[in-house]
Amino acid sequence: MAQVHQFDAIVVGAGGAGLMAALYASRGIKTAVISKLYPTRSHTGTAQGGIGAALGNLEPDSWEWHAFDTVKGSDYLGDQNAAKVLATEAIDAVIELELMGLPFDRTEEGRISQRRFGGHTNNETKQPVRRACHSADRTGHMILQTLYQNCIKENVTFFDEFHVVDLIMNGDRPAGVVAVEIDSGELHVFQAKAITFATGGWGRIWQTTSNAHTLTGDATAIWLRRGLPLEDLEFFQFHPTGLYPIGVLITEGVRGEGGVLINDRGERFMERYAPTIKDLASRDVVSRAIYLEIRDGRGIKGKDYVHLDVRPETVNRYLAEAGEERRLTAEDVINKLPDILDFTKTYAGVDPVKQPIPIQPTAHYAMGGIPTNLNAEVIRDGSETVIPGLYAAGEVACVSVHGANRLGTNSLTDLVVFGRRAGQQMLDYCKNADFVALPDNPTAEVEAELDRIRNASGSVRGIEIRKKMRKVMMDHVGVFRTEDGIQKALDTIRQLQDDFRNNLSIDDHGYRYNSDMLEAWELGALLDTAEATALAALERKESRGAHSREDFPKRDDENYLAHTMIYSEAGKLAVRFDRPVDLSLGYEPKERVY
Amino acid sequence: MKVTLRIRRFNPETDQKPYWGDYTLDGVEPTNSVLELIHRVKWEQDGTLTLRRSCAHGVCGSDAMRVNGVNRLACKILMDGIGVKDGDTIQLEPILGLPVIKDLVVDFEPFFDHYRAVMPYFVPATPPPADGRERIQSQAEREVFDDTTKCILCACCTTSCPSFWASGKYVGPAAIVQAHRFIFDSRDGAAKERLNILAEPDGVWRCRTIFNCTPACPRDIEVTRAIGEVKLAIKRAE
Ligand SMILES: Cc1cc2nc3c(=O)[nH]c(=O)nc-3n(C[C@H](O)[C@H](O)[C@H](O)COP(=O)(O)OP(=O)(O)OC[C@H]3O[C@@H](n4cnc5c(N)ncnc54)[C@H](O)[C@@H]3O)c2cc1C
Ligand code: FES
Repeated sequence: MAQVHQFDAIVVGAGGAGLMAALYASRGIKTAVISKLYPTRSHTGTAQGGIGAALGNLEPDSWEWHAFDTVKGSDYLGDQNAAKVLATEAIDAVIELELMGLPFDRTEEGRISQRRFGGHTNNETKQPVRRACHSADRTGHMILQTLYQNCIKENVTFFDEFHVVDLIMNGDRPAGVVAVEIDSGELHVFQAKAITFATGGWGRIWQTTSNAHTLTGDATAIWLRRGLPLEDLEFFQFHPTGLYPIGVLITEGVRGEGGVLINDRGERFMERYAPTIKDLASRDVVSRAIYLEIRDGRGIKGKDYVHLDVRPETVNRYLAEAGEERRLTAEDVINKLPDILDFTKTYAGVDPVKQPIPIQPTAHYAMGGIPTNLNAEVIRDGSETVIPGLYAAGEVACVSVHGANRLGTNSLTDLVVFGRRAGQQMLDYCKNADFVALPDNPTAEVEAELDRIRNASGSVRGIEIRKKMRKVMMDHVGVFRTEDGIQKALDTIRQLQDDFRNNLSIDDHGYRYNSDMLEAWELGALLDTAEATALAALERKESRGAHSREDFPKRDDENYLAHTMIYSEAGKLAVRFDRPVDLSLGYEPKERVY
Repeated sequence: MKVTLRIRRFNPETDQKPYWGDYTLDGVEPTNSVLELIHRVKWEQDGTLTLRRSCAHGVCGSDAMRVNGVNRLACKILMDGIGVKDGDTIQLEPILGLPVIKDLVVDFEPFFDHYRAVMPYFVPATPPPADGRERIQSQAEREVFDDTTKCILCACCTTSCPSFWASGKYVGPAAIVQAHRFIFDSRDGAAKERLNILAEPDGVWRCRTIFNCTPACPRDIEVTRAIGEVKLAIKRAE
């Protein structure tokens, strides 16, 4: 029989969003964080360039500009009320992080330093604005460390290396979660009045990705299995600059410091695609431009990559051309981008001060996920019916702030702003709420599935399934998409799901630290999330933000200015566009020009 | 090229004691990381092989292990980086000084206990500014502790230290690095408490300046220097 624990509030996930929620909730109620990784291993720690907030420390800026840029960046699919919450609360949230001890880089006046990032502009001049607050190129590392340190200070309870594999529902109410204690392999039940999921993204669906091996869509799969809807999954961001060929991220901050993209002919091609802000256009725009350059044979040496050039002589030439006073020195590159230098030297043998960096787009960020309202409360349909006691925050959640395309630095902002809201909401909710009774034998279903995997003795190794999934999704549900391609991907994924269920082979039949079994379970989660993603991509017959249909190249506001809701009904997926987009700030959808 | 991984194996459910397992891989590229090779063994040959990993690019601190006898992050060591040639063998073992759970996975709890013991969190010296804004810190003040903010708690330093091997009670280099990060932060007010903790018998004075820790750090933190600065601060405070 599984061990049962009881807490007022449970947070699943110990990245930026989870830790922020836990800090707030633990101030008043008995709270525990459950994480399959040690908290400091979470992927928030890899975020590089910065966290967006209109502090205006170096030049005029305002939350209105930040909100508008976010909406425009989202290709008008982001909810405008959510963009307002993000942009206004960002300022206070970043100050809060500093007051918690976060060592931001400093301006000459000793304030938080800020840099440029794609899509963030002065709305009057249309020029890039310095809005990304940074700590060298390890801003996410500093956020994760600072939040974890504060959790230690406040004695927050952690269950490290506990892998959550199910959400326990009693009727339509959440009662708790089931987790595998990785070390022992035993199941634990965590009963709670309030539960926040903050489990991050699922970039591992695609072949080339900036995402960690552990970003596997566990929560999205659990949602589908529990008959709960997901939102906007077809919008998955491909970041323009992944290091070629492995996909490790090279922050947009490199372009923020003046770096430019160059094709095989030595052209700064973004001048053609985004005449005003060029290399600092939104990510979807830049990734498509790179693909088109490569497709037209202008990749470097005809291969699948282009160059990101941050050599001071190149940068300064373009700065001079643009009539800017600012100049970049080799020292600036070394001081402001130390980790980038380390990555490019280690993984590509390239010194960015002397050589251009080979880059290609890399699967990076999930705009969609678990649908929530502005209070991080999970909703069960397009009319925003709340599931009391259930919350989601961070990359796994879809509020939706980011719509069809997220601006750089807005995810870290999202984590702290909505993580905080989730924590505060749990605190308020638990004051009057009771535990929902656990159903009989709450672990039965997932236990059977884990036993099936542990003892699987078919003929297909997980790696074969994983490789095929990642390739077909990269080829057909990537930067550019067509009906035929997506359908092919969907058919392949369904075939692979069948292999996974009926023909899997596993070597490790034990209990203790059985990562063979847990990786296979994660593969199942990836497959289910991939299926829902492909289906959503198939049904949205328009091009918007990161979802680019070659057979429907235009945005179609008449039919698709709405969120995609993916329902799981009796084991079958159904897509409906029944969650309207909030337009309350009055930004009318316009053509996006950068 | 062909490369053999010789891996220290131990499964608590089936093995009385650890043993060496040899796994040969063909088609290894000079740009492959040790982590990629371990994954190939796990995914293609023996799924029971167990390790921790996540980010695969040297920032999450999951996959510290002994690679040919020295502490490294498996994801940050490439074949050409350690001069591996066709037919070579790479030896992989769990880091030393922490109990082995299974294969390359060790129990991190003692390591995190030491970390938690040094007050690894910000204790503000002053109340928040009345204007509701951030605290002011000059670029020069920020620079003083920059190096130690890079720590990812991978344990490469601590588990390379002979003093830590000799006594697991020693807080170890990583915990000192973490304390350094706050002791030298101009905004922090608890330097004294931390220095008192580190002046205890199991604190900094167990460091014999053997220097194993500095080359072991995958983040290029000058660990020995940070420890030296803490020692000096304790002496000054006496
Ligand atoms: C390389 C890189 C650079 C980036 N740079 C920036 C940037 O400069 N600015 C910006 O705004 N954004 C950036 N992003 C995006 C941003 O970092 C992420 O979106 C964000 O950190 C996600 O945080 P999170 O808290 O939602 O989840 P994560 O930090 O990914 O944490 C997920 C947590 O959930 C836990 N978990 C997952 N599944 C389970 C389970 N089944 N059971 C128990 N626990 C589970 C994990 O252990 C982990 O603790 C970057 C992303 C990448 C990949
Ligand atoms: S896997 Fe993250 S440091 Fe190696």
